[in-house]
Amino acid sequence: MKPRTAIHGVMAEFLTAEGVLQATRRAWQAGYREMDAYTPYPVEGLAICLGMKQTRIPALVFWGGLAGAGAGFLMQFYSSAVDYPLNAGGRPYNSWPAFIPIAFEVLVLVAALSAFLGTLFLNGLPRPHHPVFNVPGFERSSQDRFFLCIEATDPRFDRADTAQFLLSLSPHGDVVEVPHDKLTRPEPVEDPMPGKSVQELTVSQSAGTEP
Amino acid sequence: MSPVTHMSNEPTGMPSGPRQPDYVPHGHDFQSITEQISDIVLVRRTGLGWIGSFLFSNTLLLVFTLVVIYLLIMGVGIWGIDIPVAWGFTITDFVWWIGIGHAGTLISAILLLLHQRWRTSINRIAEAMTIFALMCAGLFPLMHLGRPWFFYWLLPYPNTMRLWPQFRSALVWDVFAVSTYFLVSLLFWYLGMIPDLATLRDRSTTKRWQVIYGVLALGWRNSARHWHRYESAYLLLGGLATPLVVSVHSVVSSDFAISNVPGWHETVFPPYFVAGAIFSGFAMVLLLCIPIRHIYRLTDFITVDHLEVMAKIVLATSFLTSYGYLSEQTLSWYGHEKAEHYVYLNRLIGFNQYAWLAWCVFFCNTIAPQVFWIPRLRRNQGVLAAVSLLVLLGMWLERYVIITTSLHRDYLPSSWGMFQPTIYDYLTFFGSIGLFLSAFLLFARLLPMLSMSELRGLLPDAHGHEGGR
Repeated sequence: MKPRTAIHGVMAEFLTAEGVLQATRRAWQAGYREMDAYTPYPVEGLAICLGMKQTRIPALVFWGGLAGAGAGFLMQFYSSAVDYPLNAGGRPYNSWPAFIPIAFEVLVLVAALSAFLGTLFLNGLPRPHHPVFNVPGFERSSQDRFFLCIEATDPRFDRADTAQFLLSLSPHGDVVEVPHDKLTRPEPVEDPMPGKSVQELTVSQSAGTEP
Repeated sequence: MSPVTHMSNEPTGMPSGPRQPDYVPHGHDFQSITEQISDIVLVRRTGLGWIGSFLFSNTLLLVFTLVVIYLLIMGVGIWGIDIPVAWGFTITDFVWWIGIGHAGTLISAILLLLHQRWRTSINRIAEAMTIFALMCAGLFPLMHLGRPWFFYWLLPYPNTMRLWPQFRSALVWDVFAVSTYFLVSLLFWYLGMIPDLATLRDRSTTKRWQVIYGVLALGWRNSARHWHRYESAYLLLGGLATPLVVSVHSVVSSDFAISNVPGWHETVFPPYFVAGAIFSGFAMVLLLCIPIRHIYRLTDFITVDHLEVMAKIVLATSFLTSYGYLSEQTLSWYGHEKAEHYVYLNRLIGFNQYAWLAWCVFFCNTIAPQVFWIPRLRRNQGVLAAVSLLVLLGMWLERYVIITTSLHRDYLPSSWGMFQPTIYDYLTFFGSIGLFLSAFLLFARLLPMLSMSELRGLLPDAHGHEGGR
């Protein structure tokens, strides 16, 4: 699934939503496509800047709901009219108006499950480990900082040039490389501190991540 | 807790004319929101107040557990239920708890669709309330089954008896409605919490909590692509929960309305029950928010403006519920059904039976919320709490009155009788409050009580100049 690249990508940090929005637009104009932004809340319009179109979630929910309603109704029809027809107060075996409430509840249940599981599935979650977590200071993406990561799988990606390009977008602090793996356990010699420069990180981390 | 002092830290809006609250946490930035809300969980020491409340609620929970064990040994005869009133406290408690849950879904789903900003500060608390109220609610019909260990007979599954549930019965609809409601509420709550759990994971300082919150956050990494799908799913869940919440209490009301018991067989029941559910639920949200905002110093986020707008909803739903009272009385008076006519008359003037309680209901649910016409009282937290308590009491009594007055005066005078609650009826009810409070206290201690990610998105500079519409 993943073409093994030397690093996952290069990442820049921004202080504002406006900053990351602008940077994403510029990166798109520069021809980068394989990239992702990381923000502490959904920033309006950012996904569109990344080239995302309508998600498949609504379609999933629609078909899930339809399947749920159908299954819910058929279950009642089959059990009450086919498998064990029971005369309850002279009502028809297929008393469909009485079957509507449950068909509706099953519709909502399956549609909601589709929405929830569909989101997880399309997002590739749960996935406890991801290269971006290796970036020092990335934990602030869930608090107050905005990140843009151009990934190494992009055809235009070049380790030095892309880092230079990101630097030209006036990020906060330095542009860092995103290693595939955490530095190997036995020698945690230098825990990279936030704000390390590209060169330093390239030297200290690429050695451990080459296949 | 004088209300005046707390109004002082409100943002002062426009100097002239009535101030329009915008429900934005002014004076905060991304970091202060994150710190203040996650520190409640990660940094704040467990206070004596919390421990004391937890001991108290756990004691109630213990009582509840003991009563349930005793019930399982002895059977439902420990309660006062008998013929003719076979649905006593238990079904009252069920309807009461499930109704309380409805406000949580209304806040989280319907107000989301209506783009109401003020939901953002209270939706997590309200959704948690829904889940815990539903946990309590679901237990009552199970206990009331008589042989609760056969509860799975209510589910359609291929069995050796070759029998299916009776799908034409509202009681089976209930099973589907309540379990769907619980599951969908849980999914909605959890999905909304995943980004905040990631924040807790990233901010916790000990390995143990990093792992716990990390597992719960499912590896959420705040990717813009993920947010895009997340927002779509969240909105759709809101859209699904909206008709669901209306259907659930409609189905609950069908337990009564599709029977032919006088006093139950009413077409107004579904909307009237839904309105009553939201009414009592908002009272519970108010009752929870008022202490929480002080204890956890969340007055910047849950402002008096938030409380005021909830008070307005209480007032509005009070009218809807009162319309239900008026409608059922009028229609029975106007109709020609003798038994029903008698039941409703008995409800009003049968002071040897339940009329006192019926008048309590009118006082609590129709008269008391009228104080919210006065803006000053809507913003007075003492008044808000007192009226909320009255509403909760009134809504419990309302269901009790509907159940008992209708059953105790059936068509045949020879089968008339009274309901006498036993000590176990009371203990089961108060014990269930222990379950609710215990769960809620754990929530307040271990999970983010306000949606940090949504609050960040409310800040004025949150979306750039060109983002969005």
